[in-house]
Amino acid sequence: MIEGVQEMKTSRMNLLQAVNSALDTAMSGDQRVVCLGEDIGKFGGVFRATSHLQEKYGKQRCFNTPLTEQGILGFAIGLAAQGSVPVAEIQFADYIFPAFDQIVNEAAKYRYRSGDEFNCGGLTVRAPYGGGIDGGLYHSQSPEAYFCHTPGLKVVIPSSAYQAKGLLLAAIRDPDPVIFFEPKAIYRASVGEVPEGDYEIPLGVAEVVLEGSDITLVGWGAQMVQINKAAEMAATVGISCEVIDLRSLLPWDQQTVADSVTKTGRLLVSHEAPLTGGFAGEIAATIQEQCFLSLEAPISRVTGVDTPFPLVQEAYYLPDHLKIYEAIVASLAY
Amino acid sequence: MAIDNHAEVTSSLAFLDSAALRIPTLSLLQADGSLTTGAKAPPLHQKLAEKLYRDMLYIRCLDERMVGAQRQGRLSFYLTCTGEEAAVAGTIAAFQPEDMVMAQYREQLALRFRGFSTAEFMNQLFSNAQDVGKGRQMPVHYGSRKLNFMTISSPLATQIPQAAGYAYGQKLSGQDACTLCYFGEGAASEGDFHAGLNMAAVLNCPVVFVARNNGYAISTPASEQYAGDGIAARGIGYGIKTIRVDGNDILAVYAAALEARKIALNNSCPVLIETMSYRLGAHSTSDDPSGYRSAEEEQQWRQKDPITRMKNWLIKQQWWQEEVDQELQKSFRSEILQELKAAEKRPKPALDTLISDVYKTPPAHLLRQLTDLESHVAKYPESYQMHGEGGR
Repeated sequence: MIEGVQEMKTSRMNLLQAVNSALDTAMSGDQRVVCLGEDIGKFGGVFRATSHLQEKYGKQRCFNTPLTEQGILGFAIGLAAQGSVPVAEIQFADYIFPAFDQIVNEAAKYRYRSGDEFNCGGLTVRAPYGGGIDGGLYHSQSPEAYFCHTPGLKVVIPSSAYQAKGLLLAAIRDPDPVIFFEPKAIYRASVGEVPEGDYEIPLGVAEVVLEGSDITLVGWGAQMVQINKAAEMAATVGISCEVIDLRSLLPWDQQTVADSVTKTGRLLVSHEAPLTGGFAGEIAATIQEQCFLSLEAPISRVTGVDTPFPLVQEAYYLPDHLKIYEAIVASLAY
Repeated sequence: MAIDNHAEVTSSLAFLDSAALRIPTLSLLQADGSLTTGAKAPPLHQKLAEKLYRDMLYIRCLDERMVGAQRQGRLSFYLTCTGEEAAVAGTIAAFQPEDMVMAQYREQLALRFRGFSTAEFMNQLFSNAQDVGKGRQMPVHYGSRKLNFMTISSPLATQIPQAAGYAYGQKLSGQDACTLCYFGEGAASEGDFHAGLNMAAVLNCPVVFVARNNGYAISTPASEQYAGDGIAARGIGYGIKTIRVDGNDILAVYAAALEARKIALNNSCPVLIETMSYRLGAHSTSDDPSGYRSAEEEQQWRQKDPITRMKNWLIKQQWWQEEVDQELQKSFRSEILQELKAAEKRPKPALDTLISDVYKTPPAHLLRQLTDLESHVAKYPESYQMHGEGGR
């Protein structure tokens, strides 16, 4: 918890309501904050993340756009360059690719290429990501690794309602463009006490969710549900897991993970995205560099399969708690 | 609200083609400097007219000199505005300094008009430590916060939806200013063009789009770029007020741009101007047009040189003399050469600017990478040079 947050009045919110509350807080506190995207106006977005914002702040500050992701991103970058603070919604992370050029070649390089004459640091892009909703190929993907490969961007993924609000507020106010992926599988399932007021969770800082001594488990977003479940299973057979929620992927908190692995001697990283080129590979490479002599077993990656996201075989594809548990046991037995 | 379909109902089956709407080209000034029959010149007073002419002439001199410098191996790359000076001069002149300019890469004249100095051009072209862009981009990717000229980006058309967003922000924050956005007819084939124009129209953004139709996208002629009636026809499709002008006619361009800015700000909406012109030079110094177009074609367009046409008009107005022209070119050339020599001698940006501005504050992993790099370079100091240093 952040200082001062303990005293705030809280209410029970799910992750989606926490996102809505963050947007409301940001818009009421700063006239320059503008929300845009497909269906986000009167309708409040297909998941209702922007409910009532147009009513409250007017059509100028919360508006529908035509159906064009590259247009939404280009428009939002221009708004940010002008001095507004746009929060652009991409309806599903699977549909972010038409905007890839605007994100990777424009937003990420705006400050650098101009020598800081111009920047679009006010920009935040929100997109629901991940599986678990029977969405098949195009409503399930986890594209975070593509963006983590782009200097100039920050990539943030919350795993709870409390995190969602605090991280989103920090992202909106961060001086660099932020891609904010929301775990839609737990939009409604993740419920907790969330401060009604204004608070931020710093970007680039991981959270140690559970302290342990035998193995470090690292993840983010909806995958934390599976990781926590696997840690509980492991505890029943006497394995003590240290669980770390990364929260920010770019930049990521290498120190917290390295300190933990130095202590436990083992690391498992888990994400829904496919194995090859996934962000677990980056974490594994960095940690073996920093903790080589502390490692007792190879670093384990428990991820999606290297296929497009399936529909009927979704349960088989996903790196669930059982797969993670088995990998924990294998690591301990190495 | 759903849009009512006001279309007339008909029982006769007929398809429309682009012949249904032929967009005319506004032309006010003839090659000899006289006005076309019935034409009314825009309110272009003597002082501004002279400035525009001087700026056009300056850019012609700059472009010639820098192509030469590239040929001498002093510069890696260059792009000229040659042949399109009136299209840029006539548009930028109709806008106010507080209006944002988001250009493609062939509009250096707009910068000159706003007061970008020869030294500033040279510092960017030679990527030295005094370049405000910190030597990060290839030559001609200028930018200037103080002159409201957005830094150029190589990917084509990305500035178009950004200009719509920028203009929306200007309106939202109550500024009495708009955005001027340039691009070529080739860039108008990119998805960002369609996204940007549609968004600008739907979201009522005060932005003036200037499509410089210069006939070629590198080697691809306009006839292989689109099948419809140019770029202008698309503006109408998006519900945007549109005009096509002779891009080599400074008076027609200026008249259209003055009106366009007025419409954009008063009605809070986008406007599209298509300037019909010709890229008299190569696409860039890396291109040779003789492989894809004839000398005869180029010669025909040389007859329509926008600078000569404007000079003829100025002389007819008794605002200019041929002798002044010679003197002016001479002084431009000498200033350019002097600044060129000074800029190429200036030191390059320091190594630590490699990692600054990636983020507002360099994160830990970047600082570590810089430290590693610096210790490596310290070990092999002779093996690393900044681009453009050491006789490359």
